Amino acid sequence: MTAKLTILIVEPDKTRADAIIDSLIATGDHHIRVLSESTGLARSVAELNPDLVLVDVANPSRDAIDALTLASSPLERPVAMFVDRSDDGLTKAAIEAGVSAYVVDGMHPDRIKPVLDAAIARFHMFSRMRSELQATKRALEERKILDRAKGILMRARNMSEDEAYALIRKTAMSQNKKIADVAQALVTASELLS
Amino acid sequence: MRTLPLSVGFMPLVDAAPLIIARELGFAEEEGLALNLQSAPSWSTLRDRLILGQIEAAHMLSPVPVAMALGLGGLPTQLDALSVLSINGNVIGISNALADEIASLGATPDFLDAQAAGKALAALNKPLRIGVPFPFSMHAELLHYWLSASGLNVAKSLDLRTIPPLLMADAITAGEVDAFCVGEPWGSITVEQGGGSLLLPGAAIWQFAPEKVLAVRRDWAASEDDLTGRLMRAVWKAGRWLGRVDKRATASEILSWPEYLGVSTEITERALTGNLLINARGKSRTVPRMMEFFDGAATFPWKSQGAWIGARMAARFGLDRAQSAAKAAAVFRSDLYRRHLGPLGADLPAASEKLEGALSSPTSAATDSGTLILGPDRFFDDQVFDPRRPEC
Repeated sequence: MTAKLTILIVEPDKTRADAIIDSLIATGDHHIRVLSESTGLARSVAELNPDLVLVDVANPSRDAIDALTLASSPLERPVAMFVDRSDDGLTKAAIEAGVSAYVVDGMHPDRIKPVLDAAIARFHMFSRMRSELQATKRALEERKILDRAKGILMRARNMSEDEAYALIRKTAMSQNKKIADVAQALVTASELLS
Repeated sequence: MRTLPLSVGFMPLVDAAPLIIARELGFAEEEGLALNLQSAPSWSTLRDRLILGQIEAAHMLSPVPVAMALGLGGLPTQLDALSVLSINGNVIGISNALADEIASLGATPDFLDAQAAGKALAALNKPLRIGVPFPFSMHAELLHYWLSASGLNVAKSLDLRTIPPLLMADAITAGEVDAFCVGEPWGSITVEQGGGSLLLPGAAIWQFAPEKVLAVRRDWAASEDDLTGRLMRAVWKAGRWLGRVDKRATASEILSWPEYLGVSTEITERALTGNLLINARGKSRTVPRMMEFFDGAATFPWKSQGAWIGARMAARFGLDRAQSAAKAAAVFRSDLYRRHLGPLGADLPAASEKLEGALSSPTSAATDSGTLILGPDRFFDDQVFDPRRPEC
């Protein structure tokens, strides 16, 4: 017989928080709470008394949660939490995925592992999405530059669009550069000359 | 020359300068290193990245490697301090409400007078919520030292709150804390935003506090002796460059770049020059030794500095003081410093430990090759710490 786990997620972005909840629900029936504000973090953790706290490693407020790990000392308030020491591999995987987990002292690793595995998978997905978004943005940006570079050539040398593109491509190949870099150089030079 | 890549983490603070300068001005390249500098969002994340091997070295709060040696916080791994990156550099700021309270009791402590400022806070006779960037920090140690010696009942009235540096200005403006101790530029940013004023520089509590260290994993330093030496030399040369008064403008400029601090040069240069604006009315003060990168053997990792931190932390966390001081002293690797930086001409003191707080003025000390000038390193209450008697 196992009691429900109380899990606290510190995440200001609601969509992300919902996505994390979805992945955790799949691992069992838990009490899940989300904290979106970083103010009064320590107090909220003390009140909720969670078994597990999940916080994005990129969240600056993580230090406030980390400070609670000192609760085991006699001079601190009794909110005993710590980075799970039972499984370095798991902790490492979590940090690399971008999530840090604080587990209550004495919690059996077998109960935490499936939840953490799910969180790790979800955070990996977040970081993939972030990389994809950046790549898409860059592609769009490069596309815009290329269009401007083609326009410059079409006007200056009275070329068709295809000819302008072919010239940029040929120059890139002969100079061993990326098309985007040649286009950028052309746009910059043209701005300087105009 | 082919350069070896090395990942190094830092927090966006003015005292990350030795690493940033080592990269930007070619000191690292000169040693055959390509530094990949990674900004960290929080101290715990920076520490964990170092422990888990995502980075090889880090700009680190000097008490963090000591905390690891004492088994406090984080995964159990030994970190070592190869050298001191900077001396001093913190400021204590108070909310506008607290400033009014102090004034209403008739106190007007001078900005450099730690005794008067401490008395003024103790006289308020109420619990103080004070923000620090991390539980293991010179900030926390200085506040404890200063306020307990000023007559405040720290067990009852000092409520330290952990707030990351970049959220400190917001926290004091929002009334989450009454005061803070934080590294620059975040104190100056609070003043700029009008959320509070500066009460005291950290240097007024201890004139020579080892603030940040160059931290690595102990096993990494043991297995990568060549890289360790290269890194130490590059950072030491950057520190020597930063110690020159005529380089401050260039240093402020580089630090202000978006990939580093991303704040204006007018803000970054305050800590570097020691000319601080202490309140929104534009009152300015010059702080001696506001932040030191080189002079007075600033980069030498004294075993006695480690012992002081260890003994203070032991008292706070209920550990054995003598044992903790000994473990902490071992973290400060003056042995590696001597071996890797001696051939470069770094000043090497004859001893690796000294009395902390004994020098009230610059004093010549014996070195392996002559003399060097040490100090001043006094504590505001004139106490002297003897690393051989850490229980006192």
